[in-house]
Amino acid sequence: MKTHPLLIAFAALTFAFLIGPLIIIIGTSLSETSFLTFPPQGLSLKWYENIFEISAFRRTMVTSFTLAVGGTALSMLIGIPAAYAMARYRYDLPAFLGNIYVLPILIPEIVLGFSLMKSVAIGAGFPIMAALLVGHALLVLPYCVRVVGASLNAFDFSIEEAAVSLGCPRWKAFVTVVLPNVRAGIIAGFILAFITSLNDVSISIFLTGPGVSTLPIQLLAHMEQFFDPTIASVSVLLMFVTVAVMAVVERTLGLTFLTK
Amino acid sequence: MTVSLTLTGITAHYGTTKVLEDLDLHVGEGELVSLLGASGCGKTTTLRLVAGFLEPTTGTIQLGERDLTRLPAHARNIGLVFQTYALFPHLSVRDNVAFGLKQRGIPGAERKRRTDEMIARVGLTDFADRYPANLSGGQRQRVALARALVIEPPLLMFDEPLSNLDAKLRVDMRVEIRRLQQQNGTTALYVTHDQEEAFSISDRVAIMNAGRIMQLDRPEVLYSRPANAFVADFVGFENMIPMRAVAEAGDAVRAELPGGATLDLPKGTFTVPSKEFTLATRPEGLLVAPAGDGIPTTLGLRTYLGRAYQYQCDTPAGELKANGPLSTPYQIGTPAVLIPQPEQCCLLPA
Repeated sequence: MKTHPLLIAFAALTFAFLIGPLIIIIGTSLSETSFLTFPPQGLSLKWYENIFEISAFRRTMVTSFTLAVGGTALSMLIGIPAAYAMARYRYDLPAFLGNIYVLPILIPEIVLGFSLMKSVAIGAGFPIMAALLVGHALLVLPYCVRVVGASLNAFDFSIEEAAVSLGCPRWKAFVTVVLPNVRAGIIAGFILAFITSLNDVSISIFLTGPGVSTLPIQLLAHMEQFFDPTIASVSVLLMFVTVAVMAVVERTLGLTFLTK
Repeated sequence: MTVSLTLTGITAHYGTTKVLEDLDLHVGEGELVSLLGASGCGKTTTLRLVAGFLEPTTGTIQLGERDLTRLPAHARNIGLVFQTYALFPHLSVRDNVAFGLKQRGIPGAERKRRTDEMIARVGLTDFADRYPANLSGGQRQRVALARALVIEPPLLMFDEPLSNLDAKLRVDMRVEIRRLQQQNGTTALYVTHDQEEAFSISDRVAIMNAGRIMQLDRPEVLYSRPANAFVADFVGFENMIPMRAVAEAGDAVRAELPGGATLDLPKGTFTVPSKEFTLATRPEGLLVAPAGDGIPTTLGLRTYLGRAYQYQCDTPAGELKANGPLSTPYQIGTPAVLIPQPEQCCLLPA
């Protein structure tokens, strides 16, 4: 069968739309000029060096990675048992429970950020870092619950019962039999959550405060003041972290499970 | 170590739905008892209660001297074989089989010896390092068996263990299960919906319906002398003919068939339960004849069974199924009589 030329054009347009901005950013980040421009004028890596020279970028990078790891870990701590309960007792539990865990995706992030600021940061008086951690954990919870849940729904719980019947207590069966068999889901959930947290602006912007900021927010602040290619180079760096993580996943587990 | 299993007055609920009602069951030492019934009859619930995955509302479960009723599942020491095999996908055959021994803290050398011995007994020595995903259905079932047997449990339980296998393998495996169970003399509870499977390997079979045991007996007795209409229908007594005892005829009871003819039922073989009663037969228990003392009928649709022809017959007792000889096929619409063969009938209360 011959492919319709319009279809080819449409596909090409879609790809251009998806990949074009990335090419522009990479190009911009390599420019020698001190303003954002494309195509780049001259070639230089100085804007990449600049990232590490500006202490605010170094600091917020540490904050962002800490938050991404900490928030995701916290969210897994809540999400895995929740997903387990919902999969194990799916016939006994009401169906809407599953939807509650996706609310952080459905509610506009800006509303979530604002309400977290009112309740956690101001109301409960959490220190900035703690409030951010709570906020990010909440933000990524849907990914943890959904992706781990998908793995658990495919898990045959007779296997867990078999372990119990062979003399293994319930908690131990969960750790030695259930967890190893949903490992792929946990890793996938972790990565999705990690990337979401790393790139978040809307929630962080409400919860950051004096002395504590995240990389994306620092990026915005920097752009307002300088508008130089550092922004582009940081973006490229973030992009490569994401790609690197995905590549590791692809190598070890195959990308298909992210969509499963 | 052989022990018996005793369930006394077990009632169980799922939420507010009652799934087992006042159930009593005794499985003797070294005996294999099957729970047989359609889905939803309570057979799997019974097994899960004994395993400890469910708790009964009332009643007690006793294994030998031990009261299991409130004991956590992992402390019950029961070997379980699941319908889906439930092998640990992340462990090799060897580690699957060794799992139970590990939980019991059996030291390495002895654990290895017992594991290898068990794997050899189920004929999987060459597959010991494979993972479950790389085994056939029959091999997986053998691993599941080995895994349950290696802990030398006083009680073995099977939950529809063969229903995922193809027909030929099913027959081989059930022989294998029976052989291993008898070699060890282990008491066993076996759940299935397959009548042939249950009858072929069990010492006794409990036919269940709606959370109750309808009859618990040796397969031979269930097959030829069902105690009630449910069991009769379950084991293939498809024809239920209403009868009325009318007179004594020597050492027989004379009873009237629908349509007016009479049938003599020898007292040595039959106990007539009441004046009005039901005669139950399989299709082969009704002989199709051109004339004689029987139920008058017009022969309907004829089907070929290989060993006989079967006819759908319109009679005063409703539609009956009867087998006729291969030598004389009758045409649809032929008038005939159906003569019950007493040795292939049983009597049930009306």
